[in-house]
Amino acid sequence: MRIHVAGENALIVYMGDAVSETVTASIHHLCTQLKPYIGNELIDLVPSYASVLVVFDPLKTDHLQVRSWIRFASEPHFHSAESDQRRIVRLPVYYAGVDLKVIADRADLSPDAVIEKHTKQHYQVYAIGFAPGFAYLGEVDESIAAPRLSTPRKQVPKGAVAIADRQTAVYPNESPGGWNIIGFCPVPMFDAHAHPTMPVTSGDHIEFYAIDKETFISMGGELPKAEFLLNQTAETAS
Amino acid sequence: MSLHIVNPGILSLLQDAGRFGQHGLGLTTGGPMDPLAFKWANRLVQNPSNSTVIEVTVGGVKAQAKRDLAVAVTGAKTKVTINGIEKNQWQTLLLKQGETIELGYATEGCRIYLAVAGGFDIEEQFCSTSTVLREGIGGVDGKGLTANEVLPVGERDVSEVDFQRVVDVPEYESIVTLRVIPGYQEHAFSRHQQRMFFYHEYEVSDLADRMGYRLKGPAVECELNGILSEGICLGAIQVPADGQPIILMNDRQTIGGYPKLGSVLSLDLAKLAQLTSGGRVRFEPITIDHAHNLLHLAQHKFEHSVTESVNP
Repeated sequence: MRIHVAGENALIVYMGDAVSETVTASIHHLCTQLKPYIGNELIDLVPSYASVLVVFDPLKTDHLQVRSWIRFASEPHFHSAESDQRRIVRLPVYYAGVDLKVIADRADLSPDAVIEKHTKQHYQVYAIGFAPGFAYLGEVDESIAAPRLSTPRKQVPKGAVAIADRQTAVYPNESPGGWNIIGFCPVPMFDAHAHPTMPVTSGDHIEFYAIDKETFISMGGELPKAEFLLNQTAETAS
Repeated sequence: MSLHIVNPGILSLLQDAGRFGQHGLGLTTGGPMDPLAFKWANRLVQNPSNSTVIEVTVGGVKAQAKRDLAVAVTGAKTKVTINGIEKNQWQTLLLKQGETIELGYATEGCRIYLAVAGGFDIEEQFCSTSTVLREGIGGVDGKGLTANEVLPVGERDVSEVDFQRVVDVPEYESIVTLRVIPGYQEHAFSRHQQRMFFYHEYEVSDLADRMGYRLKGPAVECELNGILSEGICLGAIQVPADGQPIILMNDRQTIGGYPKLGSVLSLDLAKLAQLTSGGRVRFEPITIDHAHNLLHLAQHKFEHSVTESVNP
């Protein structure tokens, strides 16, 4: 663990140089320990792939005090059994995204095999950012990893399930984006008026399962414009 | 009680002190770009320090009182009139029922704050009323003010308001020194690159908004191309591949993957926020301990600054 200064009111805690199970577990643990202090000396926490940004109120405390809290909270005896139990959240996906066939062709697989690989994996919520409710999930099977589009789309529909490199995500709202769209999730990922606001949180495990068009609609999903849907003739041809 | 917005100007946003503790949902901070001018606006009408005000960028606002209101305009230097008669900024003003207040266009600085006694009565979203356009959250329906909008104002009798003026009014210059707390990936910038950064002047580019201020000047080279995305704090100095630094402001994304040299002291960010394209900045490194001392001193100075009573 390395603690660096980030700014006048923030320290950044690096748990490692790369993503790994232990790094993820220690990030989750630190955040669980520090969360109760948000609203007092601590202002906010930003967990990410291998780090946690700890934002504090410099008029109530200082960086030395915060450093000692971080060290204390990270000590192994503080590990509670509870904090190690992470939730598994299952999210339904109607796999009919426009780029499904592209990914299948690139991997020399059938679209069904891509779906199988995408649903087989357990994903970790590494970070939430980019837009409200946008959860970065990893990692997808290497065979279905795909680079970002060279020209991002001006609008990606709400609920789009997409892949970029070995990451996958559900777009919580319509926004610009360069990820490869493979399907659509009917569960809202961010609802400002709902409690909780998001179905997932940092550190959760996510599993996707395939649903058909009728189920998607019955679960409240709204079909996107045809340009985002997989060309059905192309699908049957494969 | 309410204020009728006749003309919202170029960009007018409802802001309280900001949205905190919500980064876990991917929500940014928002809040006033010039917190000192914001705090003064609320103090001049004796509002709690977190009350909702209007942040006006550049100017052009026209609004009519539906009831007698006490108001204050702080921030960028702007012509303020009530029913055509010129009034002072940094002073509590009486805006009688039916009267119209007009803000011209800023001549020094670019962010103006308009507070009303009682505060604008806006429903909080995620513990704050701050408007973040990119997220569509805060204010009224996550949007900027629109013409003919009527903003509700908290109950407060004008006779209870103590009319005052600020004695020591901040000045907005077109060249500012930004004190920097080195941090994050500072060691990935060679000694030579750091020296260059701290010894040269940079110019504010056209790409400067509530999210970030992109600067123009000598390119800063970093030994790292990118990093694993990580949390970005207020004022972080991000250096993308083209070497032109971007200072991340109130509406920044909460995580990002560009290397960072450190962060600008918040007291100086307020000055940067008042600059428009063409404004010039210089950087000066300070330690985090020095930064903490400066923040405490600034807080003490604000709490102990004197005001003079004026007649409404």
